[in-house]
Amino acid sequence: MKRTAAALAALLLLGLSATACAEDGDDSGGGDGGAKSNTIKSGLKIAFLPKQVNNPYFTTAGNGGKTAVGEFKGTYSETGPSEASASSQVSYINTLSQQKTDVIVVSANDKDAICGALNEARQAGTKVVTYDSDTKPDCRDLFVNQATAEGIAKSQIKLISDAVGPDGGKIAILSATANATNQNAWIEMMKTELAKPEYSKLQLVATVYGDDDDQKSFTEAQGLLAKYPDLKGIISPTTVGVAAAGRYLSGSAYKGKVALTGLGTPNQMRAFVKDGTCKAFALWNPADLGYLAAYAAGALASGMISGKEGEKFTAGKLGEFTVGKNGEVLLGEPFTFNASNIDQFNF
Amino acid sequence: MTALAERPGDTRTRGRVVAQRFFVVRELGIGLALLLLIVITALVNPRFLAAQSIKDLLLGSTILAILATGQAIVVITRNVDLSVGSVLGLSAFAVGTLFVSAPGTPIPVALAMGVALGAACGAVNGLLIAAARVPALVVTLGTLYVFRGIDYTWATGKQVNAADMPAGFLRMGTKAVLGVPVLALFAVVVLVFAGYYLRAFRSGRELYAIGSEPAAARLNGIPVGRRIFGAFVVSGALAGFAGVLYAARFGTLDANAGINSELNVVAAVVVGGVAIFGGSGSVYGAALGAVLLTTIGAALPVLGVSPFWQRAAVGALILAAIGLDRILMARVGERLRVIGGRSVAENAPDQRKGARRA
Amino acid sequence: MRRSYAWDLGIIVALVLFVAVAGQTIEGVGSPRFWRFVILEVIPVALIALPLALVVITGEIDLSVASVLGLTCTVLGQLWAWGVSSLPLLIVLCLLLGAALGAVNGVFVTVFGLPSLAVTIGTLALYRGLAYVVLGDRAVANYPTTWTRNAIAAIPGLTIPWMILVVVAVAVILGVILHATPIGRGLYAIGNNAEASAFAGISVARTKFWLFVLTGAMSALAGVFWTFRFASARADNATGLELAAVAAVLLGGVSIFGGRGGLVGVLAAVVLLATLRNALQLADVPANALTIVTGSLLIASVVGPNVATQARDALRRRRARTAT
Repeated sequence: MKRTAAALAALLLLGLSATACAEDGDDSGGGDGGAKSNTIKSGLKIAFLPKQVNNPYFTTAGNGGKTAVGEFKGTYSETGPSEASASSQVSYINTLSQQKTDVIVVSANDKDAICGALNEARQAGTKVVTYDSDTKPDCRDLFVNQATAEGIAKSQIKLISDAVGPDGGKIAILSATANATNQNAWIEMMKTELAKPEYSKLQLVATVYGDDDDQKSFTEAQGLLAKYPDLKGIISPTTVGVAAAGRYLSGSAYKGKVALTGLGTPNQMRAFVKDGTCKAFALWNPADLGYLAAYAAGALASGMISGKEGEKFTAGKLGEFTVGKNGEVLLGEPFTFNASNIDQFNF
Repeated sequence: MTALAERPGDTRTRGRVVAQRFFVVRELGIGLALLLLIVITALVNPRFLAAQSIKDLLLGSTILAILATGQAIVVITRNVDLSVGSVLGLSAFAVGTLFVSAPGTPIPVALAMGVALGAACGAVNGLLIAAARVPALVVTLGTLYVFRGIDYTWATGKQVNAADMPAGFLRMGTKAVLGVPVLALFAVVVLVFAGYYLRAFRSGRELYAIGSEPAAARLNGIPVGRRIFGAFVVSGALAGFAGVLYAARFGTLDANAGINSELNVVAAVVVGGVAIFGGSGSVYGAALGAVLLTTIGAALPVLGVSPFWQRAAVGALILAAIGLDRILMARVGERLRVIGGRSVAENAPDQRKGARRA
Repeated sequence: MRRSYAWDLGIIVALVLFVAVAGQTIEGVGSPRFWRFVILEVIPVALIALPLALVVITGEIDLSVASVLGLTCTVLGQLWAWGVSSLPLLIVLCLLLGAALGAVNGVFVTVFGLPSLAVTIGTLALYRGLAYVVLGDRAVANYPTTWTRNAIAAIPGLTIPWMILVVVAVAVILGVILHATPIGRGLYAIGNNAEASAFAGISVARTKFWLFVLTGAMSALAGVFWTFRFASARADNATGLELAAVAAVLLGGVSIFGGRGGLVGVLAAVVLLATLRNALQLADVPANALTIVTGSLLIASVVGPNVATQARDALRRRRARTAT
């Protein structure tokens, strides 16, 4: 009995591996060579893969993408990890690729880590568009950027300088994850901006990471003030971070004494703008970003563009866009929200 | 209580006094360590004792202390409950969803719902462990997964935003009465109740007996299964309660609330003097352990140590605490043997022990 | 002691059945790429679960395995960031690190006599904490593409990664030791009754010590693979993987009380769990929700036999009573 059972088990395992033995011949993805079409094909499967799914910023962007995909009669889906982790994104990329998605629209948690999976997906025929946070240029076909890093940095530093006042003082940055491409690009530009003579009174003392996790961001904000009691301002260029920092400050003894600015959504920041914790913050319209990314994805998958500099395509109601250097498409400039205009928005 | 003749020099009393003294020393030791840490940190940076700073410290340790109280009750019976983090997350999200869909809900109703949900989860654990006689480690490992999975299924893609929660509820999370946060008062009330129950009620003391020697406890007529079931229900209920407080404190809730917190809870309990092999320790010690761990986390950045050392410190503390407990157990065992040996020589005819029903 | 292969067979049958059913209903299941991704997930879990099974057979447990993996990842990343570029050297250093970390567990359990559950919960926290000390919040992700590609490269002519051969080799070696040598029989003996085994001349302490060392070294190897597979070394790599490994060990038929179980079932359980997860993910069940499946299987695999035994005993008692 023992030996037969063992033999049977071994045979079954061998049988299993035999089914897996076939070489992966198969699917060339949609052919892109040949004549350029000038309408987006219908029936395209577009999948959004944000940094994390339970983040209102990405939910809004996804809704914009969904509208766009509906306009060109494709199929929209959104999936992703609950925590902003690069390894989790790899697993979703693999699944989407197996499901024969036409384009993956991804906001990368790490510029290197998901490259392997993305390239494997591209080899199997899926196109890749990054939005919000890029990867290395050679693992994707297009990058849809919300604003230039310089534009964002300039706006943030100006806002904190106005909020802190002419006497200046110590400021700190509460970022998202330590490896997020977009965060690091913006922080670098902010440091360059701070070196300018008009900001000489501002001193950047620390950069901490809240991992786009509300509780961690909250605790990090708390820690900043414990370590630097004379801190005058916090910049948090991430919607989760600025909301968490706002909540901490507004419930503490530092309300009104420590300035806060960052990139936030109007709905999350409304209460803090109204009670004075945060005078002004910036963002762009994430729905527009998603909308543009979806149209770019559609154009790419239909062969209308291929990511080369100078190519043009139309993104529905947003108008015409031109592909820039390194396959980058720019949405526009950051927009400043404050008490006078915040009630006009709902996202 | 047990019908003991309180004769001076009675073996059992002296033994019990010896055991008790060792473990009171253990709790005092934690309290002392805590005090020392606070004093040293305050010397380095006096702002550590500022009102806001103390308030943050108390708020930060409240949730952990409540979880630790429930965990202590379970560990005393020689079991462990690894699912507390998942129960907290589930309860927090449930309360958040409740408030978003019915903003007028009174706070006590939300509290009751969270506790009930937690108790239900604890009952699942207790049933599997007590009825199916399966090691708690395995069952609660499984329910950690299952409850968290339910939380994810419910919450994926959704998030309860602080902006959508009733202001009164969130204020409870930061309000302070005479400088002491309301949340911390909740924790103190829970702690005192639990401590009193374990000490003064027979069923409470039976938990210790079960943890010391389950077979003997069963033979002595203690309804072991029912007591263990009860312990897990309490642990679950307290985790549910902690979930409601979590929702009040942080406001923004997603599927990841409370993730990985089971480790900190076990650490707090072990560091607080509750022996992992059951039968000894108190909820006060566990709560002190929770406060100590939170204080270490807050003190490290002030002392200039990279906050990344905090997790490593937690691990080292667990190992030190277990080692210390083992040494203490050995010493107590030795002392009891000596007392027992001496008493055999002195009181040979009196060695048959009398009735135990109380 | 005769070993019953019933459970192992049961797991394999369950796997085959599931693949057959899912292959018809979920698109993509059973395709070569599907198996590729399943095997990629199986490799690190199997490397950990196999020696872990031996530890559990002797009546102990090691919950620190995923933290050893994480710490190895970060040390590997940091060494690379400092300029150590020789791959063999990196691998050897990592294996030594894993062995040392396992040895620490072993010393606490065998020399100081502390319960392995508590010790490994402590080292789980300690090693993960040290991983954060090494790399902080950062990740090291700029390895040469040849390394990252080779780590997951397929066996020529197939789609399955070549690393699975390493796993199979480990399984065969450990399996032979366990089932066909006196050392292996000694492990079962220790799990059943450590005192009696000691009297029988088996060096219980030394055996357990070396098992912990082995588990540590294998976890480190899994860490090296993990780093190159995901092309990223982060302090939170593989957080929670110890639960997947324990689930696989218990689902594979190894008794938590020690003294029973074998490696065929464990390997099959690892594959089954990975197949389940990947298949359900293809069916658009969110990956995180799949933890319900793993958790339920874990509980069922332990509650099932216990309840069955209790029912059987109750039945036997009733029959005995009515017989008299």
